[in-house]
Amino acid sequence: MLGNKKDLLGLKDISAEDIKSILHNAETMKYILSQKNKKTPHLQGRSVVTLFYENSTRTRLSFELASKYMSANSANIAASGSSVAKGETLIDTAKTIDAMGTDILIMRHSMSGAPHLIAPLVKASVINAGDGMNEHPTQALLDIFTIREKKGRIEGLKVAIVGDIYHSRVARSNIYGLTKLGAEVCVGGPSTLIPEGMEQMGVKVFKSVHEALIDADVVMALRIQLERQKKGLFPSVREYSRFFGVDEKRLKFAKPDALVMHPGPVNRGVEFSSSVVDGDQSVINEQVTNGVAVRMAVMYLLSRRGQVNENSN
Amino acid sequence: MKILIKGGRIIDPRNNMDTVTDIYIEKGIISEIGTDLDPEGLEIEVIDARGKIVAPGLVDMHCHLREPGFEYKEDIESGTKSAAMGGFTSVACMPNTNPVIDNAAVVKYIVSKAESLGYANVYPIGAISKGLKGEELAEIGELKFAGVVGISDDGRPVSKSGLMRRALEYASMFDVTVISHCEDMDLVNDGHMNEGYMSTYLGLRGITRAAEEVMVSRDILIAEATKTGVHIAHVSTRGSVDLVRQAKKRGVRVTCETCPHYFTLTDKAVDGFNTNAKMNPPLRTDDDVEAIKEGLADGTIDAIATDHAPHHIDEKNCEFAIAANGIVGFETALSLGITYLVNEGVLSINQLIEKMSANPADILGLNKGSLMVNRPADIVIFDTDEEYTVNVSGFESKGKNSPYDGWKLKGRVQYTIVNGRIVVNQGILL
Repeated sequence: MLGNKKDLLGLKDISAEDIKSILHNAETMKYILSQKNKKTPHLQGRSVVTLFYENSTRTRLSFELASKYMSANSANIAASGSSVAKGETLIDTAKTIDAMGTDILIMRHSMSGAPHLIAPLVKASVINAGDGMNEHPTQALLDIFTIREKKGRIEGLKVAIVGDIYHSRVARSNIYGLTKLGAEVCVGGPSTLIPEGMEQMGVKVFKSVHEALIDADVVMALRIQLERQKKGLFPSVREYSRFFGVDEKRLKFAKPDALVMHPGPVNRGVEFSSSVVDGDQSVINEQVTNGVAVRMAVMYLLSRRGQVNENSN
Repeated sequence: MKILIKGGRIIDPRNNMDTVTDIYIEKGIISEIGTDLDPEGLEIEVIDARGKIVAPGLVDMHCHLREPGFEYKEDIESGTKSAAMGGFTSVACMPNTNPVIDNAAVVKYIVSKAESLGYANVYPIGAISKGLKGEELAEIGELKFAGVVGISDDGRPVSKSGLMRRALEYASMFDVTVISHCEDMDLVNDGHMNEGYMSTYLGLRGITRAAEEVMVSRDILIAEATKTGVHIAHVSTRGSVDLVRQAKKRGVRVTCETCPHYFTLTDKAVDGFNTNAKMNPPLRTDDDVEAIKEGLADGTIDAIATDHAPHHIDEKNCEFAIAANGIVGFETALSLGITYLVNEGVLSINQLIEKMSANPADILGLNKGSLMVNRPADIVIFDTDEEYTVNVSGFESKGKNSPYDGWKLKGRVQYTIVNGRIVVNQGILL
């Protein structure tokens, strides 16, 4: 249980203890995933609905498989081809889904705060699968899980997050989660893509990628959306990759055993060179596996709300 | 109706009056101001104003009454009732209605509707450009003769500098005040709140202060170059206050207003995606609030306007990015001024009244905002010590979109008298 919380909207408003309890539970889930028979009864009889207002392949599939492995009834709603296209408000859509007996509602929306608007209005547990530029908590949890699995700890590590910080909900959730667990977070990227007031979040801001990478234990690059170039945030993809991309040479600023991470999908040759993506330090594919485990853990813990804690005296 | 206001502290900044005395009103006109008045005659309504302040009816130079076109948000009746509850006897309403106030017919409709209701004097502000499109000048001469007291494309900036220059020059011929909503849309870049730590923390697109300041600066320079005047609407940043202060020192004919939310709230109020803290310009930071107070105190900021912007609940109960901008303001403005400016020592009560009555009236060229014998009796009476809790469900406005719900404020309006008629009596709308 997450302190009897109903929803997971972000890492900014949960405690380090809650994060640790999700990570701990995800270890068990990962063990289950390694079995031939992955079916468990954790969510038997429960209904899980994914409501995605933005395109997604991996996050959506990850949640769907996670719920199916735990025997939940799952359904998916995409923004197009539904009442959404007919002009129904988000609140009405969410209440309708809730009224059908949904236990867990997984939401992705292009506008920051959308799940925060819905959560108090529905009985279902709401899991934020990404809201605008605000948060993507399960992505950060799987990143943190992966780091902890490889490095054995989070506290005292130096994590460099590079690229488009401004538009990144992944960066924000990672910053909240990692700093709560005692990591040092450094961000770097073009100054047009670093939002104001970052230092007040407890991170160090660098104007160049290589400075952010110095002695890092983890190098996490963020996806750059190529249409940002048209908005004048950087001059060209070519220039971006030259000054802000991470290739083998630039990666040497980090520690030799630094992990290479990316939330995907990667623009090869832009954020990372292909040799870095496919190199020995890359844990990008393991992040995907861990994503399923972490999402199983989150759904399971939220579903246990209101039940007696067997560990209590 | 004959009314005798007894024993109140009468504050009339324009006439340098601050004294305990009486006012006698007959046939809608202030007929006498003096001590121990004891008029003869029957059916005189006596208001015991001892311990209370009696001031010129408040003048709001910037509000949205939404009629015609958006009556589901507010109409002239609900809007002027709300104004009366807040002590406003004269309000100037912005032209972003449907149809837009860019022709004489709409002006006359609004004025006659308001006159028939009688809750407040309503003065329409016409559009600068036809249809608020920012392309061609509206028929400013015709608007003036139909009764507008100023022109503005409020809600939208006049992005073309050349058009703004022509508007200032052309309007000056007709002695029409030009009110500029300053916002460089290219810098706004689809932002939804002030740019800073809070926008980063909430993952909302930020609006840099420069978006406002660039256009404040532009309009001051155009007014200076063309030897015309300009009024800057809803100033929200330290930079804008500084620009206006420097321009006034150079002798530029620039005036400006701010709104209560810019001296009482910061962008921290947006936390939790609170759409009642979404407005344009956006709430800024502590430093800007400090600068607004300094500007009010040293006279850089001439007026306090409400920017009363009622919206339907569905337009606020939604995702932050698509929520409507603005808050209702009539029914909290005076109390916010008393609680956060007078009681904190920023302004004297006399200065507050001046910035909420005489100064805005002067900027618009209205013969309002002071207490003169033989002039229509527009009066507000309030008790600066009376504390109350704001309850939006009790607002007369159709809009309940206020960030102040539940706030404890001082200085509730007890009486509002419009053209010699009591419309609010002991805090209750008649």
